[in-house]
Amino acid sequence: MSKITYREALNQAMVEEMRRDDRVFLMGEEVAEYNGAYKVSQGMLEKFGPKRVIDTPITELGFAGLGVGAAMAGLRPVIEFMTWNFAILALDQIVNAAAKMKYMSGGQYSCPMVFRGAGGSAARVGAQHSQSLENWLANVPGLKVVMPSNPADAKGLLKAAIRDNDTVVFIENEINYGDVGEVPDDEYIIPLGVADVKRVGSDVTIVAHSRMTGFALAAAKILAEQGIEAEVIDPRTIRPLDENTILASVAKTHCAVVVEEGWRFAGIGAEISARIMERGFDDLDSPVIRVTGKDVPMPYAANLEALAVPSVTDIVEAARVACGRA
Amino acid sequence: MPAKQNQEAGITHDGLFYPEARLHEMHDMMLFIRRFEEKAGQLYGLKKIGGFCHLCNGQEAVCVGLHQASEPSDYMMTSYRDHGHILARGTDATAVMAELLGKAGGVVKGKGGSMHMFDIEKNFAGGNGIVGEQVPIGLGFGFSSWYKDDGRVTICIMGDGGINQGAVYESFNMAALWKLPIVFVVENNQYAMGTSLERASAETQLFKRGISFKIPGMKIDGMDVLEFEKKMREAIEHARSGKGPMLVEAMTYRYRGHSMSDPATYRTRAEVDEWRSGRDPIARLQAQMIEAGLATEEHFKQVDKDIKKEVAAIGKAAEAQPEPDASELWTDIYSDPIENAYPYPGKVN
Repeated sequence: MSKITYREALNQAMVEEMRRDDRVFLMGEEVAEYNGAYKVSQGMLEKFGPKRVIDTPITELGFAGLGVGAAMAGLRPVIEFMTWNFAILALDQIVNAAAKMKYMSGGQYSCPMVFRGAGGSAARVGAQHSQSLENWLANVPGLKVVMPSNPADAKGLLKAAIRDNDTVVFIENEINYGDVGEVPDDEYIIPLGVADVKRVGSDVTIVAHSRMTGFALAAAKILAEQGIEAEVIDPRTIRPLDENTILASVAKTHCAVVVEEGWRFAGIGAEISARIMERGFDDLDSPVIRVTGKDVPMPYAANLEALAVPSVTDIVEAARVACGRA
Repeated sequence: MPAKQNQEAGITHDGLFYPEARLHEMHDMMLFIRRFEEKAGQLYGLKKIGGFCHLCNGQEAVCVGLHQASEPSDYMMTSYRDHGHILARGTDATAVMAELLGKAGGVVKGKGGSMHMFDIEKNFAGGNGIVGEQVPIGLGFGFSSWYKDDGRVTICIMGDGGINQGAVYESFNMAALWKLPIVFVVENNQYAMGTSLERASAETQLFKRGISFKIPGMKIDGMDVLEFEKKMREAIEHARSGKGPMLVEAMTYRYRGHSMSDPATYRTRAEVDEWRSGRDPIARLQAQMIEAGLATEEHFKQVDKDIKKEVAAIGKAAEAQPEPDASELWTDIYSDPIENAYPYPGKVN
């Protein structure tokens, strides 16, 4: 095991996969000479040259579509959006082209590619640069949506995403880039669609992804001091969703809290709680509780920003209510 | 003119010799597309073809010229007005008709319909329904040829409506920046749905739209198949030789409305007639071939009869096909069949 950052883990995943498969290339704004806006592609230009690590103009829709066409023609593009906020400009190519190409062409063409970049709420950058859009993308059949919460998962999941034969939306967390974690030294892959139990517990199930996994673990620590053992599950892949791992946990704890940074309306928490209701209703002793970002554009002021996203305290309180210990 | 060409029957156009057999091939395909589209229109009227259906009557010379000027290994993609292009490319016409009818034997198994024709064997990458969407995709195909250095050219087709999308200029910029082997072809049929070119474009000379990206442009008569084919060869050669992209404006005209529901009240009958009777690409080639002593009016009448019969038979054969199996609803979404079955189709818990 080595201790490396989340961004280094992502870098290692791309470097290893580009060494393994010369169809893989990285394209995006500032990925080459600048070494990445968040330094995720540090040193990659030097390793692979300008044909495989390609700086683009600021033209999200154009280079997203370039990736779609290149994937259809047999390459394995990794298309970096500096942040997912800018990918809104490219949604036609992601939703109307990449996701549907296999179906529309009756299985003839597919788009094995990764759209990746920073997502989630960032720090003090206001409404347009700080938001969670995974529910939009996870809603689309044909896309897979992956959101790692720590360096080891980031590496194993990105390697799986690059090897995947479908279009993978890979949403990294802007605030987690500098997080340090243990990463195995030997090569490994984490299959898409497999959740991970980050903490075992018997009193309440907390489902949380991306940065909220860390918040949930912090909440579990506080809950343990209060005599409540929380089980923390990180789905890691939003779509396909590993509902079996979640349901097995609920069967044990009989209550659940779903945490997400994104907006509450039609969010990931709504999907997960509906699934628990549909298939785990008899296991529940209390309603599933959602802890979500507030349904407001992200404000700039520090106090307002803190109010807009879930806190560890919010999760602790929700867990106590869920298991009847409020 | 070389001696060999003097011995062979054909037509020399602008220094390029078209042998008799090829002229017949080009003529017959244009006429086939015309009659196929008429049949499609008829089946639409009978409500056997549903949804949107965009016919290309009048634009056949562009379809045939593009195919004739390019190699089968070259990539091609277009918008939703795609029947003529995929037919010219050589895709089985019964499969195209079956697709229009939403049948199991359709070119994309009945999942796409009129707007989403694909044939990977013929390097035909759609059939794309969002105006201008195929242009960044074409950029990607061109990029792949640059990356692999495979010598292929991408023929990326759009309309005079599509060229106003921002994605087109993002693509022009990158194609020129990296000198990608792409020929962008604008089928200028004068109307973007009901909006005339003059009402939509500050610069109506569309071949100039690449100038600020240093993409050379050519304006070609798209109603003259020989002229169009010859000039397209030059454009494709330019792209194949590593000089970067080229923008071709093909001047053409659609005889029918934008789609089947469009009565085309935004233009005069006289205007349509002027193009139809004065510039029709099929009549033009017929006249050229008759003048060159390569065919007679009687011959063309017979060919038309035969094609009409063939198209009728294709319509019947396609109509007789079954609809796709219900299980096809869940296929071709992901590569992994388990994910395709997500969550639990047709069942409640």
